[in-house]
Amino acid sequence: MTKIDTSRPESVLPTPSHTVGPFYGYALPFRGGEDIAPHGHPDTLTVHGYVLDGEGEPLPDAFVELWGPDPDGNVSTTDGSLRRDPASGDHLGRNGVEFTGWGRIQTDANGHWYARTLRPGARGRSAPCLSACVFARGLLVHLFTRIYLPGDEAAHAADPLLAGLPAERRDTLIAKDEGHSTYRFDIRLQGEGETVFLEFQ
Amino acid sequence: MTLTQHDIDQEIAAEHAAYEKRVADGAPVEHHPRRDYAPYRSSVLRHPKQPPVAIDVRKDPELVELHSPAFGERDLGAIDNDLTRQHTGEPVGERITVSGRLLDRNGKPVRGQLVEIWQANSAGRYAHQREQHDAPLDPNFTGVGRTITDAEGRYHFTTIQPGPYPWRNHLNAWRPAHIHFSMFGTAFTQRLVTQMYFPADPLFPYDPIIQSVTDDAARQRLVATYDHDLSVPEFSLGYHWDIVLDGPNATWIEEGR
Repeated sequence: MTKIDTSRPESVLPTPSHTVGPFYGYALPFRGGEDIAPHGHPDTLTVHGYVLDGEGEPLPDAFVELWGPDPDGNVSTTDGSLRRDPASGDHLGRNGVEFTGWGRIQTDANGHWYARTLRPGARGRSAPCLSACVFARGLLVHLFTRIYLPGDEAAHAADPLLAGLPAERRDTLIAKDEGHSTYRFDIRLQGEGETVFLEFQ
Repeated sequence: MTLTQHDIDQEIAAEHAAYEKRVADGAPVEHHPRRDYAPYRSSVLRHPKQPPVAIDVRKDPELVELHSPAFGERDLGAIDNDLTRQHTGEPVGERITVSGRLLDRNGKPVRGQLVEIWQANSAGRYAHQREQHDAPLDPNFTGVGRTITDAEGRYHFTTIQPGPYPWRNHLNAWRPAHIHFSMFGTAFTQRLVTQMYFPADPLFPYDPIIQSVTDDAARQRLVATYDHDLSVPEFSLGYHWDIVLDGPNATWIEEGR
């Protein structure tokens, strides 16, 4: 029964999640999905890494969605991530001027992904971070995690999520500084060094 | 040794019995699959062993995850929700219309948000280069659509009835016909990717993906309802499918839920 009667709250129950399967590649990824930062913005950073399975093998059929605030900590309400060309119906890509805060990045054949976005500012009690959501064949429910930037020990110590984790698990959420505003963040779905994944309640 | 349907049937039955016992013993109803569901073999190395770390959103209303990306008119082409008109000719197959509402856990409509779909063609073939099933491609059907929900949270697609198709989870594995859906809510926490099925598909009991939803009532919520009012005379058959997004949003905080 899939007509929901909203006058009966007890009948409003969640639609179950399913895997994206292997064949989303011609539907969901879009041109410029990884180029979230407006062109030439001085606070641009690159974040990249691999998505790895329980045997350490990279996933060529996963994608990551990033969602983060601007450098002042403000959340974008701007659309235009998926702009279409009205003549051809094809993807136009972003306009390179506005910041939508959101991107979707397919892993390549080596299981590697990258994105260029703006350095996130702090919000509320959290240290600066990007929200990340991982989808893959074999993953029946997507996984949320966070990408924190290294260096600000005081902010990390005050962050409610990081402060509650044992050190070795906390470190899976902190990207590695590779210089030139480039940060490495691998996502390990299972096993040794398994990334901390989140459940919002 | 070749993994047979019989092997998978037994594993599905064991998972289902284990779930029924957990609920009988007082465990909560599970609306979603467990990520660790071995009958779907691809899940074995791709699920975390550690439990997820809980974040109570009421303690910090500033969480970026309580906001959602925005999508607007410029993110849509004029006929992106009509998958039968994206090429010069008519696709092969039975035309269908699929419509419903996107709701949150309070039953409130999710307005102005993105719904994306993708699917196999009427022969059960995806327009994807890694697809190995040797059913014919349809030059007039790609199988990708998107729309933005209206003021009542409603979405509407015109497409072709997808075919079932074989896959290699085990010997003689077949996926019931389905349309993949991807949705955004008012909060990123509500993100959902799932699959919509068609009524009374005989393949349901054999498919470890739909059976990964071990709760019988939850599984039914993945199956659209035939709706004669959505059928278009001389043109298409109609299916109704409402979607309820899980996960907390800002409303939960306002109402102190």
